[in-house]
Amino acid sequence: MRIRIVSVPVHDQEKALKFYTETLGFIKKLDIPLGGGNRWLTVVAAEEQDGPELLLEPSPNHFEPAKTYQKALFEAGIPYTQFNVENVDQEYERLIDLKVEFSMKPTEIGTAKLAVFNDTCGNNIQIVQIL
Amino acid sequence: MTQYRTEILRIKRIHRSNQSQIAIVTETRDYLDRHFENHMNLDLLSKVRGTSKYHLLRLFKRYYGLTPWQYLISRRLSKAKEYLVNGRTATETCFAVGFESPASFNTLFKKRIGKTPGLYQKEQLSKRQSGLES
Repeated sequence: MRIRIVSVPVHDQEKALKFYTETLGFIKKLDIPLGGGNRWLTVVAAEEQDGPELLLEPSPNHFEPAKTYQKALFEAGIPYTQFNVENVDQEYERLIDLKVEFSMKPTEIGTAKLAVFNDTCGNNIQIVQIL
Repeated sequence: MTQYRTEILRIKRIHRSNQSQIAIVTETRDYLDRHFENHMNLDLLSKVRGTSKYHLLRLFKRYYGLTPWQYLISRRLSKAKEYLVNGRTATETCFAVGFESPASFNTLFKKRIGKTPGLYQKEQLSKRQSGLES
């Protein structure tokens, strides 16, 4: 058994694709129309294009509990998922320059440094550097 | 302040009391990152931070989920992939990342990555080529 795909719920797939590729730097891997304007839309890390795919899933638009859960996490400031980076401070500065909003600035905790930003698609996302 | 941030600050306070342990493991990891290509053993690592090797082993595993040796192997393989993609031969890569025998490097690489260094390199270079052409 392998971890191949993990998903992030998004309100608007096109807007999410733009944010995850143009702002975060991921690369589009699959984009398959599913009817009704929905797509099987995945992105991968540029350095790991054969690695796990992130599915930008429009579940909040189709399944009320998903919408409720996403909203509750967002309001509590809890990240839906997290991505590893080499240097949180540098990534924070880069994303701030791109007008990304952070709810938590780089913070050291034990053997990790974390920061949390708004992905503009309904989620908080955490970036992590292992120290 | 969000609920999450409050929770993070609470956990941060707990970790503060373990600061000496955290310094031991982060400095050891940093040492492995900077010297991964050198001959390495637990005795040497414990001397770097002046701690008992068994204590270091337990702490490292607790904080990173890996022993220092497992971390070192993973670091070497990750660097090996980078060297192979940049065109170094499998044998050059083997020695450059700190392995002593091309045969054991080959075996380990295949076990962890799923293919031999040569095949991995061929696939990656071919992908890069097709990416340039498209």
